[in-house]
Amino acid sequence: MSAFPLLSLVIFVPWIGALLLACLPRLRAPACRVLAMLFSLSTLGLAAAALGLYDRGSTGYQLVEDHAWIGALNVRYHLGLDGLSLVLVLLTAILAPASLVASWRQERDPRAFGLLFLLLQGSALGVFLALNFFHWFIFWELSLIPAYFLIKLWGGPGAARAAYQFVVYTMGGSAFLLLGFAAIFAATGTLDFARLAQLGADGTLAARLASLGGFWPQAVFLGVFLGFAVKVPLFPFHTWLPPAYAEAPTGVSMFLTGVMSKMGVYGFLRVLWPLFPGPLHAAAVPLLWFALGGVVLGAFAAMRQTDLKRMVAYSSVNHVSYCLLALFAVSAATGRSGLTSEAAAAALSGTLLQMFNHGLSAAALFYCIGLLEARAGGRRGIGDFGGVQTAAPVFAGLCGVAMFSSLGLPGLNGFVGEFLIFRGVWGLAPWAAATACLGLLATAIFLLTFWQRVFHGPRAGAAAGDFADAAGLDIAVLGPLVALMLVLGVLPQLMTGLFNPLITSWANHLVLP
Amino acid sequence: MSLLPWTIYVSLAGALLSLAAGSRSHSLARWTALLTAAAAWTLTLLAAARFVPGPGLQTLADCPWIPSLGVRYHLAADGISLTLLVLTGLVATAGVLFSWNIEERTGEFFSLFLILVAGVYGVFLSADALLLFAFYEIAIVPKYFLIAIWGSTNREYGAMKLALYSFAGSAAVLAGLLWAYAAGHGGGFGFAELAQAAATLSRHQQIAVFALVFFGFATLAGIFPLHTWAPTGHVAAPTAASMLLAGVVMKLGAYGCLRVALPLSPLGFAFWQPAIAWLAVIGIVYAGLVALRQEDLKFVIGYSSVSHMGFVLLGLAAANAQAVSGAVLQMFSHGVIAGLLFAVVGRMVYDRTHTRMFADLRKIPLHRLLPFAAAVFVVAGMASMGLPGFSGFPAELTILVGAWRAGPQWASVAALGVLVAAAFTLRAIHLSFFASMDGPQPTGGTHPPEQVLSLAPITLAEKAGALLLVGATVLIGLKPDLLLDWINPALQSPLLQAAFKGGAP
Repeated sequence: MSAFPLLSLVIFVPWIGALLLACLPRLRAPACRVLAMLFSLSTLGLAAAALGLYDRGSTGYQLVEDHAWIGALNVRYHLGLDGLSLVLVLLTAILAPASLVASWRQERDPRAFGLLFLLLQGSALGVFLALNFFHWFIFWELSLIPAYFLIKLWGGPGAARAAYQFVVYTMGGSAFLLLGFAAIFAATGTLDFARLAQLGADGTLAARLASLGGFWPQAVFLGVFLGFAVKVPLFPFHTWLPPAYAEAPTGVSMFLTGVMSKMGVYGFLRVLWPLFPGPLHAAAVPLLWFALGGVVLGAFAAMRQTDLKRMVAYSSVNHVSYCLLALFAVSAATGRSGLTSEAAAAALSGTLLQMFNHGLSAAALFYCIGLLEARAGGRRGIGDFGGVQTAAPVFAGLCGVAMFSSLGLPGLNGFVGEFLIFRGVWGLAPWAAATACLGLLATAIFLLTFWQRVFHGPRAGAAAGDFADAAGLDIAVLGPLVALMLVLGVLPQLMTGLFNPLITSWANHLVLP
Repeated sequence: MSLLPWTIYVSLAGALLSLAAGSRSHSLARWTALLTAAAAWTLTLLAAARFVPGPGLQTLADCPWIPSLGVRYHLAADGISLTLLVLTGLVATAGVLFSWNIEERTGEFFSLFLILVAGVYGVFLSADALLLFAFYEIAIVPKYFLIAIWGSTNREYGAMKLALYSFAGSAAVLAGLLWAYAAGHGGGFGFAELAQAAATLSRHQQIAVFALVFFGFATLAGIFPLHTWAPTGHVAAPTAASMLLAGVVMKLGAYGCLRVALPLSPLGFAFWQPAIAWLAVIGIVYAGLVALRQEDLKFVIGYSSVSHMGFVLLGLAAANAQAVSGAVLQMFSHGVIAGLLFAVVGRMVYDRTHTRMFADLRKIPLHRLLPFAAAVFVVAGMASMGLPGFSGFPAELTILVGAWRAGPQWASVAALGVLVAAAFTLRAIHLSFFASMDGPQPTGGTHPPEQVLSLAPITLAEKAGALLLVGATVLIGLKPDLLLDWINPALQSPLLQAAFKGGAP
């Protein structure tokens, strides 16, 4: 228990910024941008403070805040930070300001844009830090509303439909998630994640739900599962994603793919897996096929796209599916005699790393495509460019690093995560790892095609005439992201050190109740 | 607590005063009405501050009324009534603020409005079934005139349909009450006396008595398939009347179900419980789907009210402490949210644009012309969707928890309703305020000609009313304990516990 509410500050300072912007209707555009940026940057500072206070050797929740809140529902205001949350808070802290910088030239109503963006940022942080379903769900659902308006009001021509589809899909999942938690509360009388994880581990939760009989225990699992699967999204629940990411303005696409897609994976790791180890184990093999579907079909779908933004959107489906592939492989192997905890630990560290790495590389790629689009007057087809490398060497270099990181080139961060996942999954479910290699192959093909058609050859299309190189703002966004990719590619232990004890403890407790 | 009966008297006195004031000046009538409504609300809040929660009704006034029949003027309150009294005060005050622009027969309008409010207070305070019934009828009559005189679309039809449904429902209630009363050989109309009397009836008779009373009240709560009066009535009513109608009057029906019908015959309830639960969840989903297809913004809100009241009825049908506490919380929450939605649609939008059809609204860039209304509508829509952080969420969550205990199949269908609610609310938000964004985007500074687009700005009264209601829904969303601490002890009363035992599987 800490006296200073650091984690509350992490969540609520962006919201205070949003409130300020709401109360200052006459503020001029540049001042709005600066104000939004300052509040967005606060997360970086506070996250750094949290990192400083964080004890790397411990596996429990740290900087815990726990206060009585709603007696009638046994709800407590409970926040806590562990390795998993820390990685995602750091990711948010880095990507949120980068996304705002990417929207710096947004002319239309920067005040409302900043306001909604800060709301979204605070909600995402809340999801990663809240440990009681009640306020966790507040953050989870509230994040949709600013996202809806950011896509709808600042997005492309099909934005209204894409935003509606995105929100209705996700809320559909959430309705079942809510029902699942209503059932869990009816069975256990608590909504606290930590407490429920204990009940899940010792089998109490499963036993209480089993007393319902019939299909209902599975229905509870399915409800919670659906809520997260739509959010991630897991194949075949992904159809909302490509239009939403493609229609959103650049900065929002960056945040959606970088941070919001991680909310679903976080839900799988924080809630579904600890609460339902048994049902997840039972369902793991079909789920592995779903994850493989995302890995392989996502990559092949990306290969077929001519719109660069949709290509990166599909590649996000592919990359995020690796995280779930690893988790499902671990769950499938749980309780099996030959299970080695090294393989499980590798797969799980790979998952966490991949979440961070994909956030960096996908956000950077979306920024690059936004830049191409801006230079080409709104076109972003793969055939609209050629020879950009000659026209804009600095930009090509930065984009190249992001692309090769996404592709998993050794020496860059993307490699480490994917390698660990493959290493782990190979030991747990070799057939799945072998199938997933198809996805790797297709990713290599479409990213290299992208690289070749857009950056190589003679200058053509939009790059034939005046094509300014990356400068100022562009470097401010891409520079730090690319630097991190390089650093973490060489020194992944900077990141893995944060969560190694947690992963080890997870891997050592892989027994079914 | 002894202040509470004064809410009725103050409202009635205010009704007379504003009628008198209306003949001198409109603004005097408005201020009289506002002060009256605010005073009555203050009384409920003062009483709430001194309220000590406990099981059972706390008597406030008790004297014989019709001694030969054993009817008593018996007013009493517990945590459930108190919750709804505070709601009534809040919605009535906001309703006056949103009627500030009434220029036609202002005095009469506010006079009828306050009589309606007095009747509602009376229902929530009655501890005698016949007294409750009398106040219930007092509430119906002004409703008819408010719609028929100051209403809009199809007002005669809407008013007549609403009045007929209400009277048919109350006829059934009266028949049931008299039946039970007769069985007790004139023991009186207290809730406990009636329950004792009904217990002497045979099983079949109890089932019939329960059905008369419950479905009579449930008609006014908008139970499927007796809900059709609600959307037409809401749409036809003037803004403040829609607010009261959806916000409070529908609660009268649900309150009657909870206070009178459930304790009347646990046996009858046990028989009807599955049917009521199924009708409730069908209502939730069906009304939501109908709302998804509407082209008139006010009809969307009207059907959404039916959908949300389905949650209340589901909570009552599930009949355990959790579900019923959720149902009462949902009554409060829906009262506030429906009031807010009707205020935006009826007052802020319709009174300015004179249309509610999506096809017309999409030609007007409303979110730029009325940013305050847009923001309030988005917030109200979020609350109406049951988004956490607003009062609808703890209410629906507790109802789902309780309903799951009573029967997972009902909770599952109701969860579908949450999804449908999200879909129709988003559609309404999009088509009403933001649809003008579609099609050719206004680039740079080229706006459509401004003279077409000037609408009167939102007045101070509207802002005050909207902020009151938004504040209430957020406050209860974040601190539902404020109400649950009143409601939960009240559910421990022996009468309700007996009903729960009869109903819960």
